[in-house]
Amino acid sequence: MITLTINGKEHQFNDDGDMPLLWALRDILKYTGTKYGCGKGLCGACTVHVDGQPIRSCVMPVSAVANQKITTIEGLSEQGDHPVQQAWQDLNVPQCGYCQSGQIMSAVALLDREPNPNDKDIELAMSGNICRCGTYQRIKEAIHLAADLATEVKGS
Amino acid sequence: MKHIENVSRRGFLKKLGISSTALVLGVQLPAMLTIPKALAGVTGSDKFSPSVYVQIGADNIVSIVVHRSEMGQGIRTSIPMIVADELGADWQQIAVVQGLGDKKYGSQNTDGSRSVRRFYQPLREAGAAARMMLQEAAAKQWQVDVSETTAVNSTIVHEKTGRELSFGSLVAAASKLVLPEQSALILKDKKDFNLIGKSDVALVDGEKIATGATTYGFDVELDNMQYAVIARPPVLGAKVKSFNGDAAKAIAGVIDVVQLPDLKEPAVFKPLGGVAVIAKNTWAAIKGREALAIQWHESEHKSYNSAQYKKALADSCDNPAKILRSKGNVSKALSEAKQVIVASYYVPELIHVPMEPPAAAAHFHDGVFDIWACTQTPQSAQGTVAQITGVAPENVNINVTLLGGGFGRKSKPDFIVEAAILSKQLNVPIKVMWTREDEIQNGYYHAVSYQKLAAGIDEAGNVTAWQHHVAEPPIGSTFSKGADLIGSEASLGFIDMPYDIANISCAIGKAPAHTRIGWMRSVTNINHAFAVSSFIDELAQAKGLDSKNNLLAMLGADRKIDFSKENAEYGNYGETLEKFPVDTARMKTVIEKVSTMAKWGRKLPKGRGLGIAMHRSFVSYVACVVEVSENSDGKIKVEDVWMAVDCGLAVNPERIRSQMEGAAIFALSLTFFSELTAKDGVIEQNNFDSYQVARIGDAPTTHVEIIDSDAPPGGVGEPGVPPIAPAICNAIFNATGKRYRELPLKQYGIV
Repeated sequence: MITLTINGKEHQFNDDGDMPLLWALRDILKYTGTKYGCGKGLCGACTVHVDGQPIRSCVMPVSAVANQKITTIEGLSEQGDHPVQQAWQDLNVPQCGYCQSGQIMSAVALLDREPNPNDKDIELAMSGNICRCGTYQRIKEAIHLAADLATEVKGS
Repeated sequence: MKHIENVSRRGFLKKLGISSTALVLGVQLPAMLTIPKALAGVTGSDKFSPSVYVQIGADNIVSIVVHRSEMGQGIRTSIPMIVADELGADWQQIAVVQGLGDKKYGSQNTDGSRSVRRFYQPLREAGAAARMMLQEAAAKQWQVDVSETTAVNSTIVHEKTGRELSFGSLVAAASKLVLPEQSALILKDKKDFNLIGKSDVALVDGEKIATGATTYGFDVELDNMQYAVIARPPVLGAKVKSFNGDAAKAIAGVIDVVQLPDLKEPAVFKPLGGVAVIAKNTWAAIKGREALAIQWHESEHKSYNSAQYKKALADSCDNPAKILRSKGNVSKALSEAKQVIVASYYVPELIHVPMEPPAAAAHFHDGVFDIWACTQTPQSAQGTVAQITGVAPENVNINVTLLGGGFGRKSKPDFIVEAAILSKQLNVPIKVMWTREDEIQNGYYHAVSYQKLAAGIDEAGNVTAWQHHVAEPPIGSTFSKGADLIGSEASLGFIDMPYDIANISCAIGKAPAHTRIGWMRSVTNINHAFAVSSFIDELAQAKGLDSKNNLLAMLGADRKIDFSKENAEYGNYGETLEKFPVDTARMKTVIEKVSTMAKWGRKLPKGRGLGIAMHRSFVSYVACVVEVSENSDGKIKVEDVWMAVDCGLAVNPERIRSQMEGAAIFALSLTFFSELTAKDGVIEQNNFDSYQVARIGDAPTTHVEIIDSDAPPGGVGEPGVPPIAPAICNAIFNATGKRYRELPLKQYGIV
């Protein structure tokens, strides 16, 4: 029995402890906002936070994240109004949208670490997230916008 | 207006469970979860049978059915924009309903960049018809002339008296009225549009995407559903000789191991065969598949090795089997030319890699299939499932989820048939998921191509001869085993080369296929535009001309080209030349526009270069300028891309810009990184480490401008792709003096 704390809620997990967190989230616990893209940690579609750090859930065994604080896209904000989520909507970032959960989770982790990233910081932090539709330019703009929005929120 | 059926009859509505106070145009489906019986099988041709579905409720909600698949192009926003604008609906009170697979909608094949191109007019007519009926209902109630009423923000207004009636309050009365004839419809003037052509419309699904609340094919969950992954033949056509599923079945969570029927070529949309592992979850299924021991028979396609195949294609270019365009006498012109320029170009086999690999969930019960899938072609899925499982098409319900990218892969419903076969055989709901490895190794591939070009230049510096030979395996081979000559692909940037040259010959060589060949975003325009627009630039250098001036000069006088006069059968993307001409004046306009945007001709620092290319595809015109830099290590970076697009009337400019931005990245990926190779018939790449695509650090800034036009809307999703690769290579030549003719460029160590 493994206890998984996801978006503040505890779940008891009774299956194979080697199962990657991705499949536990999606198939067992039905958090389907986290996506499969490669299964090898190469594309970032499955990015979630474990204790605030972005990790690739497709290569992270469930047993390794027991009792840690897991955050998925569904738990980022109650109203879908995290500054990164707002910026993504303001700039119409997504095309197909499939990779964007992972992009947003990576972007949030970057901004938590570096509230005012420059383009190089962004390229480095987001280099593990592939978008086949090619929304990179808007992702970059949206991260800058989210940084501004977050500053405004703090300032107000 | 015969193609909109007024079906707001009490009995019908009762059956569907819609309020009888709803005005319904077309056979409206209340929600995805209410599964009606679909009505039809696959239609062989892409027949235009327009109908559009609008439902207005007494609650004032306007429901608009989107019958095309959303895969990132923004169609779930653009279709409602068109209907709502004509209708005069309040955008805040729109509900977007995804249509099921059903031929009553007309073609649902979301490919070929034609959703807006084909449906702009019928969608407007549907909106106008609904609006006019609401106006008529209000005018009757007020006892005024209908011409005194207008529709604004889901309200009919009588301006003279200031009276207003909401759409919702009029549905009962409007439902009793007769549909206007098509000839009687009054469409809005362009100046009165408040949604069409506007850039401030937010994505319909934007909020759900940002919160992870959307449903893609991979996300479908059904009660008691089981999860399947399939071990497919490593070589096309290889059949299972024997297998042992004991070790797989011993894995916790694995429920069953099932052999699928062998594939008999041609592949069409049939499953590839192999062995499926059914499990309680995806992870157990994947582990189970790893534990399978399968022996495969040999396939004739074992002979496929990329290095040898490339050489065979080059040889085939030297022995063309068929001339597809001929004008004047090329041989004579080449022999008389002062200078003959020759060049060969190679683009490898490619694959789509949408971020979401194919996935489908099927539930067979009571003789009926309920299927959910990320499909670009629900009707073809319905027809193929019916044909292979023996269930009548009207008992195959195809629900279209969001697509996590499509790019042409999800036009082929083989993965949906797999789910259907398994659900019927096992009598449980089954979700089949393709892993990334499956998607790359068992795909429908973009054809590898070899091209040889020769041009003659006379004393005066004019290009007098153009000879272009192509060898690439045809898409036709997927549908007719053994086909080895391209067909409709020739109309994709090959025989429609627009430059004004006195002697032209375009010919094709044979190229037998060893994988399933399919269409991928912009299809063989990728190969042909790379060769044509690179070679044109080589001719500019040979003539000592500026690249842009050379393009304009070679286009010749403003004219609309009729290739039939040069013995060519040009497809024009299924459109007439009257409605969508091949217009060199529009080509020049996008070239001039993009040159202004990029400040073409400016002095560049050392190590910087500009390249230009123009290409017409999917009846739209795109010119681009690329700026590259070379660093001290000889590495190339694309800094900026400027794109000028003339796609006729721009319905959703915001999504047109995003499609151009995305096209630049899609093309940048294949220019620098992507390549498939085969060894003994097996594709050697299997994930994003070996099959690479562009990442954020590779992305340039892309600047897009749209030419203001009243021409009918053309394609948008694909036309941005073809000119990018040649423009990049032209820019690299401009920066470094090195001409690259084979993709991807990573082989040269410059990235």
